[in-house]
Amino acid sequence: MDMKEKMPITPVTPVPTTSAAIAAEANREGPVTTDDPAQAEREGATPLDGEGGKLPNLSMAQLPNIQDSSDEQIAPAAPPKMSAQDVSVFYGEKQALRDVSIKIHNDLVTAFIGPSGCGKSTFLRCLNRMNDTIPTARVTGCIELDGEDVMASDMDVVQLRARVGMVFQKPNPFPKSIFENVAYGPRIHGLATSKSELQGIVEKSLKRAGLWEEVKDRLQESGTALSGGQQQRLCIARAIAVDPEVILMDEPCSALDPIATAKIEELIHELRGRYAIAIVTHNMQQAARVSQRTAFFHLGEMVEYGKTSNIFTNPREQRTQDYITGRYG
Amino acid sequence: MQQQASGHTLKAFDEDIERLRALISQMGGLAEHAITEAMRCLIQRDLEGAAQVVKDDKKLDALEVETEKRAVQLIALRAPMAADLRDVVAALKISGVVERIGDYAKNIAKRVPLLEDVGKIEPLSLLPEMARIATGMVHDVLDAFVERDAEAAVRVCERDNAVDDFYESIFRALLTHMMEDPHNIGHSAHLLFVAKNVERVGDHATNIAEMVYYAATGTYMADRPGKSPR
Repeated sequence: MDMKEKMPITPVTPVPTTSAAIAAEANREGPVTTDDPAQAEREGATPLDGEGGKLPNLSMAQLPNIQDSSDEQIAPAAPPKMSAQDVSVFYGEKQALRDVSIKIHNDLVTAFIGPSGCGKSTFLRCLNRMNDTIPTARVTGCIELDGEDVMASDMDVVQLRARVGMVFQKPNPFPKSIFENVAYGPRIHGLATSKSELQGIVEKSLKRAGLWEEVKDRLQESGTALSGGQQQRLCIARAIAVDPEVILMDEPCSALDPIATAKIEELIHELRGRYAIAIVTHNMQQAARVSQRTAFFHLGEMVEYGKTSNIFTNPREQRTQDYITGRYG
Repeated sequence: MQQQASGHTLKAFDEDIERLRALISQMGGLAEHAITEAMRCLIQRDLEGAAQVVKDDKKLDALEVETEKRAVQLIALRAPMAADLRDVVAALKISGVVERIGDYAKNIAKRVPLLEDVGKIEPLSLLPEMARIATGMVHDVLDAFVERDAEAAVRVCERDNAVDDFYESIFRALLTHMMEDPHNIGHSAHLLFVAKNVERVGDHATNIAEMVYYAATGTYMADRPGKSPR
Protein backbone atom coordinates (compact mmCIF):
# COMPACT_ATOMS: atom_id res chain seq x y z
CA MET A 1 0.00 0.00 0.00
CA ASP A 2 1.41 3.35 -0.88
CA MET A 3 0.28 5.34 2.05
CA LYS A 4 3.23 7.62 2.27
CA GLU A 5 2.90 9.67 -0.87
CA LYS A 6 0.37 11.93 0.71
CA MET A 7 0.70 12.00 4.42
CA PRO A 8 -2.14 13.72 6.20
CA ILE A 9 -0.81 16.88 7.70
CA THR A 10 -3.03 16.72 10.72
CA PRO A 11 -2.66 13.22 11.96
CA VAL A 12 -6.25 12.48 12.73
CA THR A 13 -6.86 8.95 11.66
CA PRO A 14 -9.96 6.92 12.21
CA VAL A 15 -9.53 3.86 14.36
CA PRO A 16 -9.01 1.05 11.86
CA THR A 17 -11.90 -1.34 12.06
CA THR A 18 -11.12 -4.02 9.53
CA SER A 19 -8.13 -6.30 9.85
CA ALA A 20 -6.89 -4.98 6.52
CA ALA A 21 -7.13 -1.45 7.83
CA ILE A 22 -5.28 -2.41 10.99
CA ALA A 23 -2.54 -3.99 8.90
CA ALA A 24 -2.37 -0.87 6.78
CA GLU A 25 -2.16 1.21 9.89
CA ALA A 26 0.74 -0.87 11.14
CA ASN A 27 2.58 -0.52 7.83
CA ARG A 28 2.07 3.16 7.59
CA GLU A 29 5.23 5.16 7.88
CA GLY A 30 5.80 8.34 9.76
CA PRO A 31 4.05 9.98 12.66
CA VAL A 32 0.43 9.07 12.26
CA THR A 33 -0.47 9.59 15.87
CA THR A 34 0.79 12.15 18.23
CA ASP A 35 1.51 12.14 21.90
CA ASP A 36 1.42 15.88 22.06
CA PRO A 37 -1.29 16.60 24.62
CA ALA A 38 -2.19 19.95 23.10
CA GLN A 39 -2.74 18.26 19.78
CA ALA A 40 -4.83 15.56 21.38
CA GLU A 41 -6.88 18.22 23.10
CA ARG A 42 -7.61 19.96 19.83
CA GLU A 43 -8.69 16.78 18.17
CA GLY A 44 -10.75 16.25 21.20
CA ALA A 45 -13.26 13.85 22.42
CA THR A 46 -14.31 10.29 22.25
CA PRO A 47 -15.03 8.12 19.24
CA LEU A 48 -18.77 8.55 19.80
CA ASP A 49 -18.24 12.23 19.69
CA GLY A 50 -17.05 11.44 16.23
CA GLU A 51 -14.13 13.79 16.41
CA GLY A 52 -10.98 11.89 15.97
CA GLY A 53 -11.72 8.27 16.53
CA LYS A 54 -8.87 8.30 18.98
CA LEU A 55 -9.56 6.55 22.21
CA PRO A 56 -9.81 9.10 24.97
CA ASN A 57 -6.97 9.20 27.40
CA LEU A 58 -8.98 9.66 30.55
CA SER A 59 -7.06 11.59 33.08
CA MET A 60 -8.97 13.40 35.79
CA ALA A 61 -8.07 16.75 34.27
CA GLN A 62 -9.84 15.84 31.04
CA LEU A 63 -12.94 14.35 32.58
CA PRO A 64 -15.03 17.52 32.60
CA ASN A 65 -14.59 17.80 28.83
CA ILE A 66 -16.54 14.64 28.24
CA GLN A 67 -19.78 16.22 29.27
CA ASP A 68 -19.14 19.32 27.25
CA SER A 69 -22.19 19.83 25.13
CA SER A 70 -21.59 23.45 24.33
CA ASP A 71 -21.13 24.74 20.83
CA GLU A 72 -17.83 26.38 21.52
CA GLN A 73 -15.73 23.65 19.99
CA ILE A 74 -17.64 23.51 16.74
CA ALA A 75 -14.74 24.87 14.74
CA PRO A 76 -11.36 23.18 15.08
CA ALA A 77 -8.21 25.24 15.42
CA ALA A 78 -6.96 24.54 11.92
CA PRO A 79 -8.20 26.86 9.15
CA PRO A 80 -11.06 25.44 7.10
CA LYS A 81 -10.42 23.81 3.74
CA MET A 82 -13.36 25.61 2.21
CA SER A 83 -15.41 28.45 3.51
CA ALA A 84 -18.59 30.02 2.18
CA GLN A 85 -19.75 33.45 3.27
CA ASP A 86 -23.25 34.80 2.60
CA VAL A 87 -23.76 32.65 -0.45
CA SER A 88 -27.04 33.22 -2.30
CA VAL A 89 -28.16 31.49 -5.46
CA PHE A 90 -30.82 32.65 -7.90
CA TYR A 91 -32.34 30.60 -10.69
CA GLY A 92 -33.65 33.41 -12.87
CA GLU A 93 -35.91 35.47 -10.60
CA LYS A 94 -36.28 32.79 -8.00
CA GLN A 95 -33.93 32.79 -5.03
CA ALA A 96 -32.97 29.22 -4.20
CA LEU A 97 -30.44 29.91 -1.47
CA ARG A 98 -30.22 32.75 1.01
CA ASP A 99 -27.03 33.94 2.73
CA VAL A 100 -25.47 30.62 3.58
CA SER A 101 -22.22 30.73 5.54
CA ILE A 102 -20.38 27.57 6.45
CA LYS A 103 -16.89 26.18 6.82
CA ILE A 104 -15.76 22.77 5.65
CA HIS A 105 -12.81 21.23 7.45
CA ASN A 106 -10.36 18.60 6.37
CA ASP A 107 -10.84 16.18 9.20
CA LEU A 108 -14.56 16.57 9.61
CA VAL A 109 -17.11 15.10 7.26
CA THR A 110 -19.85 17.67 6.83
CA ALA A 111 -23.37 16.47 6.07
CA PHE A 112 -26.11 18.62 4.55
CA ILE A 113 -29.62 17.51 5.41
CA GLY A 114 -33.03 18.96 4.72
CA PRO A 115 -36.24 18.31 2.80
CA SER A 116 -36.31 18.25 -0.99
CA GLY A 117 -35.89 21.66 -2.55
CA CYS A 118 -34.28 23.17 0.53
CA GLY A 119 -31.15 24.18 -1.39
CA LYS A 120 -28.63 21.71 -0.01
CA SER A 121 -27.67 20.30 -3.42
CA THR A 122 -27.67 23.78 -4.89
CA PHE A 123 -25.21 24.83 -2.22
CA LEU A 124 -23.02 21.78 -2.73
CA ARG A 125 -22.89 22.57 -6.44
CA CYS A 126 -21.65 26.08 -5.69
CA LEU A 127 -18.53 24.69 -4.08
CA ASN A 128 -17.02 23.57 -7.38
CA ARG A 129 -19.06 25.94 -9.55
CA MET A 130 -21.23 23.25 -11.03
CA ASN A 131 -24.00 25.85 -11.11
CA ASP A 132 -22.04 27.57 -13.90
CA THR A 133 -23.45 24.90 -16.18
CA ILE A 134 -26.99 26.20 -15.57
CA PRO A 135 -27.44 29.32 -17.75
CA THR A 136 -30.02 31.05 -15.51
CA ALA A 137 -28.16 30.44 -12.28
CA ARG A 138 -26.52 33.38 -10.53
CA VAL A 139 -24.38 33.01 -7.42
CA THR A 140 -23.46 35.80 -5.03
CA GLY A 141 -21.34 35.83 -1.91
CA CYS A 142 -17.88 34.52 -1.29
CA ILE A 143 -16.52 30.98 -1.53
CA GLU A 144 -12.91 30.22 -0.76
CA LEU A 145 -10.75 27.15 -1.18
CA ASP A 146 -7.66 27.44 1.01
CA GLY A 147 -8.31 31.18 1.12
CA GLU A 148 -8.44 31.42 -2.67
CA ASP A 149 -11.54 32.97 -4.25
CA VAL A 150 -13.38 30.20 -6.07
CA MET A 151 -15.76 32.61 -7.78
CA ALA A 152 -13.02 34.78 -9.29
CA SER A 153 -13.42 35.23 -13.03
CA ASP A 154 -9.85 34.09 -13.65
CA MET A 155 -10.36 30.87 -11.72
CA ASP A 156 -9.68 27.88 -13.96
CA VAL A 157 -12.92 25.98 -13.49
CA VAL A 158 -11.57 22.72 -14.91
CA GLN A 159 -8.69 22.89 -12.48
CA LEU A 160 -11.08 23.78 -9.66
CA ARG A 161 -13.20 20.72 -10.35
CA ALA A 162 -10.09 18.57 -10.27
CA ARG A 163 -9.34 19.95 -6.82
CA VAL A 164 -12.96 19.74 -5.71
CA GLY A 165 -14.28 16.44 -7.01
CA MET A 166 -17.88 15.33 -7.09
CA VAL A 167 -19.81 12.08 -6.79
CA PHE A 168 -23.44 12.06 -7.88
CA GLN A 169 -26.62 10.37 -6.78
CA LYS A 170 -26.79 7.96 -9.68
CA PRO A 171 -23.57 6.14 -10.47
CA ASN A 172 -22.46 7.54 -13.82
CA PRO A 173 -19.40 5.68 -15.08
CA PHE A 174 -18.24 6.47 -18.60
CA PRO A 175 -19.23 3.77 -21.11
CA LYS A 176 -15.62 2.68 -21.20
CA SER A 177 -13.48 0.11 -19.44
CA ILE A 178 -13.00 0.17 -15.71
CA PHE A 179 -9.38 1.16 -16.26
CA GLU A 180 -10.28 4.00 -18.61
CA ASN A 181 -12.89 5.36 -16.22
CA VAL A 182 -10.22 5.96 -13.60
CA ALA A 183 -7.36 6.79 -15.99
CA TYR A 184 -9.30 9.45 -17.88
CA GLY A 185 -8.91 12.25 -15.34
CA PRO A 186 -5.20 11.83 -14.60
CA ARG A 187 -4.54 11.60 -18.34
CA ILE A 188 -6.31 14.83 -19.32
CA HIS A 189 -4.78 16.63 -16.37
CA GLY A 190 -1.34 15.30 -17.30
CA LEU A 191 -0.76 13.71 -13.91
CA ALA A 192 1.11 10.72 -15.31
CA THR A 193 4.22 10.83 -17.47
CA SER A 194 4.38 7.14 -18.28
CA LYS A 195 2.03 4.24 -18.77
CA SER A 196 3.28 2.49 -15.66
CA GLU A 197 2.73 5.62 -13.63
CA LEU A 198 -0.83 5.83 -14.92
CA GLN A 199 -1.36 2.20 -14.01
CA GLY A 200 -0.07 3.00 -10.56
CA ILE A 201 -2.56 5.84 -10.15
CA VAL A 202 -5.45 3.63 -11.30
CA GLU A 203 -4.50 0.88 -8.89
CA LYS A 204 -4.04 3.29 -6.00
CA SER A 205 -7.36 4.99 -6.65
CA LEU A 206 -9.26 1.73 -6.96
CA LYS A 207 -7.65 0.51 -3.75
CA ARG A 208 -8.64 3.65 -1.89
CA ALA A 209 -12.15 3.31 -3.19
CA GLY A 210 -12.23 -0.26 -1.87
CA LEU A 211 -12.86 -1.70 -5.32
CA TRP A 212 -9.46 -3.08 -6.34
CA GLU A 213 -9.89 -6.60 -5.05
CA GLU A 214 -13.19 -6.94 -6.87
CA VAL A 215 -12.05 -5.66 -10.27
CA LYS A 216 -8.29 -6.17 -10.54
CA ASP A 217 -8.69 -9.15 -12.87
CA ARG A 218 -11.14 -7.45 -15.21
CA LEU A 219 -9.94 -3.92 -15.64
CA GLN A 220 -10.72 -4.00 -19.34
CA GLU A 221 -14.39 -4.83 -18.82
CA SER A 222 -16.91 -2.06 -19.19
CA GLY A 223 -17.51 0.09 -16.12
CA THR A 224 -21.24 -0.05 -16.76
CA ALA A 225 -21.21 -3.83 -16.33
CA LEU A 226 -20.49 -3.48 -12.61
CA SER A 227 -23.20 -3.58 -9.93
CA GLY A 228 -24.68 -0.29 -8.72
CA GLY A 229 -22.56 -0.21 -5.56
CA GLN A 230 -19.43 -1.08 -7.52
CA GLN A 231 -20.23 1.59 -10.09
CA GLN A 232 -20.54 4.17 -7.32
CA ARG A 233 -17.20 3.15 -5.85
CA LEU A 234 -15.78 3.34 -9.39
CA CYS A 235 -17.04 6.91 -9.58
CA ILE A 236 -15.38 7.64 -6.24
CA ALA A 237 -12.15 6.09 -7.55
CA ARG A 238 -12.50 8.32 -10.63
CA ALA A 239 -12.90 11.38 -8.41
CA ILE A 240 -9.92 10.37 -6.27
CA ALA A 241 -7.67 9.66 -9.27
CA VAL A 242 -7.02 13.34 -9.98
CA ASP A 243 -5.82 13.75 -6.39
CA PRO A 244 -8.52 16.21 -5.27
CA GLU A 245 -8.51 18.11 -2.00
CA VAL A 246 -12.24 18.13 -1.47
CA ILE A 247 -14.84 15.51 -2.38
CA LEU A 248 -18.47 16.53 -2.70
CA MET A 249 -21.05 13.76 -2.59
CA ASP A 250 -24.62 14.38 -3.65
CA GLU A 251 -26.73 11.56 -2.19
CA PRO A 252 -24.12 8.98 -3.14
CA CYS A 253 -26.05 6.05 -1.67
CA SER A 254 -29.65 6.75 -2.53
CA ALA A 255 -29.58 4.33 -5.45
CA LEU A 256 -27.74 1.61 -3.55
CA ASP A 257 -28.74 -1.35 -1.39
CA PRO A 258 -27.83 -1.39 2.34
CA ILE A 259 -24.68 -3.46 1.89
CA ALA A 260 -23.32 -1.24 -0.87
CA THR A 261 -24.35 1.76 1.25
CA ALA A 262 -22.38 0.42 4.21
CA LYS A 263 -19.33 -0.01 1.99
CA ILE A 264 -19.55 3.58 0.78
CA GLU A 265 -19.99 4.81 4.36
CA GLU A 266 -16.98 2.80 5.50
CA LEU A 267 -15.09 4.31 2.58
CA ILE A 268 -16.06 7.81 3.68
CA HIS A 269 -14.64 7.01 7.12
CA GLU A 270 -11.38 5.84 5.56
CA LEU A 271 -11.09 8.84 3.25
CA ARG A 272 -11.66 11.29 6.05
CA GLY A 273 -8.56 13.26 6.95
CA ARG A 274 -7.10 12.69 3.49
CA TYR A 275 -9.80 14.74 1.78
CA ALA A 276 -12.30 17.26 3.04
CA ILE A 277 -15.68 15.64 2.47
CA ALA A 278 -19.13 17.19 2.19
CA ILE A 279 -22.13 14.95 1.66
CA VAL A 280 -25.75 15.68 0.87
CA THR A 281 -28.10 12.99 2.10
CA HIS A 282 -31.79 12.41 2.59
CA ASN A 283 -31.05 9.61 4.96
CA MET A 284 -30.65 11.15 8.38
CA GLN A 285 -29.29 7.98 9.86
CA GLN A 286 -26.59 8.16 7.23
CA ALA A 287 -25.76 11.74 8.15
CA ALA A 288 -25.59 10.62 11.76
CA ARG A 289 -23.36 7.70 10.88
CA VAL A 290 -20.81 9.31 8.57
CA SER A 291 -20.51 12.94 9.55
CA GLN A 292 -18.99 14.93 12.38
CA ARG A 293 -20.72 18.18 11.46
CA THR A 294 -24.27 18.56 10.18
CA ALA A 295 -25.97 21.51 8.54
CA PHE A 296 -29.74 21.59 8.29
CA PHE A 297 -31.23 23.47 5.33
CA HIS A 298 -34.82 24.58 5.00
CA LEU A 299 -36.45 26.75 2.34
CA GLY A 300 -33.13 28.01 1.01
CA GLU A 301 -31.70 28.90 4.39
CA MET A 302 -29.20 27.14 6.54
CA VAL A 303 -31.18 26.82 9.75
CA GLU A 304 -28.63 25.17 11.98
CA TYR A 305 -25.06 23.97 11.85
CA GLY A 306 -23.31 22.07 14.60
CA LYS A 307 -21.75 18.90 15.85
CA THR A 308 -23.62 15.93 14.43
CA SER A 309 -23.96 14.46 17.91
CA ASN A 310 -25.65 17.62 19.14
CA ILE A 311 -27.90 18.05 16.12
CA PHE A 312 -29.33 14.57 16.57
CA THR A 313 -29.72 14.62 20.34
CA ASN A 314 -30.45 18.22 21.16
CA PRO A 315 -30.90 20.59 18.23
CA ARG A 316 -31.29 24.25 19.08
CA GLU A 317 -33.83 25.17 16.43
CA GLN A 318 -37.43 24.09 16.43
CA ARG A 319 -37.38 23.51 12.66
CA THR A 320 -34.41 21.18 12.97
CA GLN A 321 -36.12 19.33 15.78
CA ASP A 322 -39.31 18.90 13.77
CA TYR A 323 -37.45 17.69 10.71
CA ILE A 324 -35.19 15.14 12.33
CA THR A 325 -37.92 13.71 14.55
CA GLY A 326 -40.23 13.25 11.58
CA ARG A 327 -42.75 15.96 12.44
CA TYR A 328 -42.02 18.23 9.55
CA GLY A 329 -44.76 19.33 7.18
CA MET B 1 -36.14 24.13 24.85
CA GLN B 2 -38.09 22.52 22.06
CA GLN B 3 -41.77 21.78 22.21
CA GLN B 4 -43.29 18.76 20.61
CA ALA B 5 -45.23 21.12 18.40
CA SER B 6 -47.28 18.61 16.52
CA GLY B 7 -47.55 14.89 16.06
CA HIS B 8 -45.26 12.84 13.88
CA THR B 9 -46.05 12.53 10.22
CA LEU B 10 -46.11 8.82 10.97
CA LYS B 11 -49.02 8.47 13.40
CA ALA B 12 -47.99 5.02 14.64
CA PHE B 13 -44.82 6.60 16.01
CA ASP B 14 -46.91 8.87 18.27
CA GLU B 15 -48.94 5.90 19.44
CA ASP B 16 -45.80 3.94 20.31
CA ILE B 17 -44.36 6.80 22.35
CA GLU B 18 -47.67 7.43 24.12
CA ARG B 19 -47.98 3.75 25.00
CA LEU B 20 -44.49 3.82 26.48
CA ARG B 21 -45.31 6.90 28.54
CA ALA B 22 -48.56 5.34 29.70
CA LEU B 23 -46.63 2.31 30.93
CA ILE B 24 -44.39 4.57 33.02
CA SER B 25 -47.44 6.31 34.52
CA GLN B 26 -48.97 2.96 35.34
CA MET B 27 -45.76 1.76 37.02
CA GLY B 28 -45.54 5.02 38.96
CA GLY B 29 -49.10 4.62 40.23
CA LEU B 30 -48.39 1.08 41.40
CA ALA B 31 -45.13 2.03 43.14
CA GLU B 32 -46.72 4.99 44.86
CA HIS B 33 -49.60 2.81 46.06
CA ALA B 34 -47.19 0.09 47.23
CA ILE B 35 -45.25 2.49 49.49
CA THR B 36 -48.40 4.05 50.94
CA GLU B 37 -49.98 0.66 51.47
CA ALA B 38 -46.84 -0.85 53.07
CA MET B 39 -46.74 2.07 55.47
CA ARG B 40 -50.44 1.70 56.31
CA CYS B 41 -49.95 -2.01 57.01
CA LEU B 42 -46.99 -1.18 59.25
CA ILE B 43 -48.99 1.26 61.32
CA GLN B 44 -52.20 -0.78 61.44
CA ARG B 45 -50.38 -4.13 61.88
CA ASP B 46 -52.15 -5.47 58.76
CA LEU B 47 -50.25 -8.68 57.99
CA GLU B 48 -52.53 -9.73 55.17
CA GLY B 49 -52.24 -6.36 53.46
CA ALA B 50 -48.46 -6.52 53.80
CA ALA B 51 -48.40 -9.95 52.16
CA GLN B 52 -50.44 -8.50 49.31
CA VAL B 53 -47.93 -5.66 48.83
CA VAL B 54 -45.14 -8.24 48.55
CA LYS B 55 -47.20 -10.19 46.03
CA ASP B 56 -48.12 -7.13 43.97
CA ASP B 57 -44.48 -6.27 43.39
CA LYS B 58 -44.47 -8.92 40.68
CA LYS B 59 -46.73 -6.67 38.62
CA LEU B 60 -44.15 -3.91 38.70
CA ASP B 61 -41.44 -6.32 37.65
CA ALA B 62 -43.55 -7.45 34.71
CA LEU B 63 -44.30 -3.87 33.69
CA GLU B 64 -40.61 -3.03 33.74
CA VAL B 65 -39.90 -5.89 31.37
CA GLU B 66 -42.74 -4.73 29.14
CA THR B 67 -41.40 -1.16 29.14
CA GLU B 68 -37.93 -2.32 28.23
CA LYS B 69 -39.27 -4.49 25.42
CA ARG B 70 -41.29 -1.65 23.96
CA ALA B 71 -38.47 0.87 24.28
CA VAL B 72 -35.98 -1.40 22.51
CA GLN B 73 -38.55 -2.13 19.83
CA LEU B 74 -39.26 1.56 19.37
CA ILE B 75 -35.57 2.37 19.02
CA ALA B 76 -35.12 -0.44 16.50
CA LEU B 77 -38.19 0.25 14.40
CA ARG B 78 -38.65 4.01 14.62
CA ALA B 79 -35.08 5.30 15.03
CA PRO B 80 -36.18 8.15 17.32
CA MET B 81 -34.15 11.36 17.24
CA ALA B 82 -33.56 14.35 19.48
CA ALA B 83 -36.39 14.89 22.00
CA ASP B 84 -38.02 11.59 20.99
CA LEU B 85 -34.80 9.73 21.62
CA ARG B 86 -34.31 11.43 24.97
CA ASP B 87 -37.89 10.55 25.86
CA VAL B 88 -37.42 6.87 25.10
CA VAL B 89 -34.10 6.64 26.91
CA ALA B 90 -35.63 8.42 29.91
CA ALA B 91 -38.58 6.02 29.92
CA LEU B 92 -36.18 3.09 29.85
CA LYS B 93 -34.19 4.42 32.80
CA ILE B 94 -37.20 5.60 34.79
CA SER B 95 -38.86 2.20 34.56
CA GLY B 96 -35.80 0.68 36.23
CA VAL B 97 -35.90 3.23 39.03
CA VAL B 98 -39.64 2.85 39.61
CA GLU B 99 -39.21 -0.91 39.80
CA ARG B 100 -36.60 -0.27 42.46
CA ILE B 101 -39.02 1.91 44.41
CA GLY B 102 -41.41 -1.04 44.33
CA ASP B 103 -38.68 -3.19 45.85
CA TYR B 104 -38.38 -0.77 48.76
CA ALA B 105 -42.13 -1.03 49.35
CA LYS B 106 -41.81 -4.79 49.31
CA ASN B 107 -38.94 -4.63 51.77
CA ILE B 108 -41.00 -2.47 54.13
CA ALA B 109 -43.97 -4.83 53.82
CA LYS B 110 -41.77 -7.80 54.64
CA ARG B 111 -40.81 -6.18 57.94
CA VAL B 112 -44.44 -5.71 59.03
CA PRO B 113 -44.77 -9.19 60.69
CA LEU B 114 -41.48 -8.62 62.50
CA LEU B 115 -42.73 -5.39 64.01
CA GLU B 116 -46.08 -6.70 65.18
CA ASP B 117 -45.55 -6.10 68.88
CA VAL B 118 -43.85 -2.73 68.82
CA GLY B 119 -45.56 -0.26 71.08
CA LYS B 120 -46.50 3.28 70.15
CA ILE B 121 -43.02 4.75 69.96
CA GLU B 122 -42.29 8.18 68.56
CA PRO B 123 -40.40 7.24 65.36
CA LEU B 124 -43.36 5.14 64.27
CA SER B 125 -45.56 8.20 64.24
CA LEU B 126 -43.09 10.12 62.05
CA LEU B 127 -42.79 7.46 59.35
CA PRO B 128 -46.20 7.91 57.66
CA GLU B 129 -45.62 11.64 57.18
CA MET B 130 -42.14 10.98 55.78
CA ALA B 131 -43.57 8.39 53.41
CA ARG B 132 -46.29 10.81 52.36
CA ILE B 133 -43.70 13.35 51.21
CA ALA B 134 -41.61 10.71 49.43
CA THR B 135 -44.57 9.20 47.57
CA GLY B 136 -45.75 12.72 46.74
CA MET B 137 -42.37 13.30 45.10
CA VAL B 138 -42.74 10.10 43.06
CA HIS B 139 -46.24 11.12 42.04
CA ASP B 140 -45.28 14.63 41.00
CA VAL B 141 -42.09 13.67 39.20
CA LEU B 142 -43.96 11.19 37.03
CA ASP B 143 -46.55 13.86 36.31
CA ALA B 144 -43.64 16.08 35.28
CA PHE B 145 -42.46 13.32 32.95
CA VAL B 146 -45.89 13.05 31.36
CA GLU B 147 -46.13 16.84 31.00
CA ARG B 148 -42.44 17.20 29.95
CA ASP B 149 -42.27 19.87 32.65
CA ALA B 150 -38.63 20.55 33.58
CA GLU B 151 -39.54 23.18 36.17
CA ALA B 152 -41.84 20.81 38.02
CA ALA B 153 -38.97 18.30 38.07
CA VAL B 154 -36.72 20.91 39.70
CA ARG B 155 -39.37 21.59 42.35
CA VAL B 156 -39.56 17.88 43.17
CA CYS B 157 -35.83 17.81 43.87
CA GLU B 158 -36.16 20.65 46.32
CA ARG B 159 -38.48 18.55 48.48
CA ASP B 160 -35.89 15.84 49.02
CA ASN B 161 -34.37 17.86 51.87
CA ALA B 162 -37.54 17.43 53.90
CA VAL B 163 -37.34 13.65 53.50
CA ASP B 164 -33.68 13.69 54.53
CA ASP B 165 -34.54 15.77 57.61
CA PHE B 166 -37.20 13.27 58.60
CA TYR B 167 -34.71 10.47 58.24
CA GLU B 168 -32.23 12.33 60.39
CA SER B 169 -34.69 12.85 63.24
CA ILE B 170 -36.04 9.29 63.03
CA PHE B 171 -32.47 8.02 63.14
CA ARG B 172 -31.74 10.03 66.28
CA ALA B 173 -34.97 9.01 67.97
CA LEU B 174 -34.33 5.33 67.25
CA LEU B 175 -30.79 5.63 68.53
CA THR B 176 -32.03 7.06 71.81
CA HIS B 177 -34.67 4.37 71.96
CA MET B 178 -32.02 1.67 71.54
CA MET B 179 -29.78 3.16 74.20
CA GLU B 180 -32.60 3.23 76.68
CA ASP B 181 -33.08 -0.51 76.59
CA PRO B 182 -31.17 -3.15 74.62
CA HIS B 183 -34.46 -5.02 74.17
CA ASN B 184 -35.47 -2.25 71.78
CA ILE B 185 -32.56 -2.84 69.45
CA GLY B 186 -34.26 -5.53 67.32
CA HIS B 187 -37.34 -3.64 66.26
CA SER B 188 -35.49 -0.32 66.20
CA ALA B 189 -33.09 -1.74 63.66
CA HIS B 190 -36.03 -2.82 61.52
CA LEU B 191 -37.62 0.60 61.81
CA LEU B 192 -34.32 2.20 60.86
CA PHE B 193 -34.28 0.12 57.69
CA VAL B 194 -37.85 1.16 56.97
CA ALA B 195 -36.88 4.82 57.36
CA LYS B 196 -33.81 4.27 55.18
CA ASN B 197 -35.97 2.69 52.48
CA VAL B 198 -38.31 5.67 52.47
CA GLU B 199 -35.34 8.00 52.35
CA ARG B 200 -34.06 6.11 49.30
CA VAL B 201 -37.45 6.53 47.63
CA GLY B 202 -36.93 10.29 47.89
CA ASP B 203 -33.46 9.96 46.37
CA HIS B 204 -34.83 7.91 43.50
CA ALA B 205 -37.55 10.47 42.86
CA THR B 206 -34.74 13.04 42.61
CA ASN B 207 -32.91 10.84 40.10
CA ILE B 208 -36.06 10.54 38.03
CA ALA B 209 -36.42 14.32 38.18
CA GLU B 210 -32.96 14.66 36.66
CA MET B 211 -33.91 12.28 33.85
CA VAL B 212 -37.15 14.18 33.25
CA TYR B 213 -35.21 17.43 33.10
CA TYR B 214 -32.76 16.05 30.55
CA ALA B 215 -35.52 14.50 28.44
CA ALA B 216 -37.44 17.76 28.40
CA THR B 217 -34.58 20.18 27.78
CA GLY B 218 -31.61 18.24 26.42
CA THR B 219 -29.44 19.78 29.11
CA TYR B 220 -28.48 18.55 32.54
CA MET B 221 -30.19 19.82 35.65
CA ALA B 222 -26.84 20.31 37.34
CA ASP B 223 -25.83 22.72 34.56
CA ARG B 224 -28.99 24.77 34.57
CA PRO B 225 -28.58 28.52 34.77
CA GLY B 226 -29.26 30.19 38.10
CA LYS B 227 -29.30 26.98 40.10
CA SER B 228 -28.82 27.38 43.80
CA PRO B 229 -25.54 25.98 45.05
CA ARG B 230 -26.00 22.85 47.10
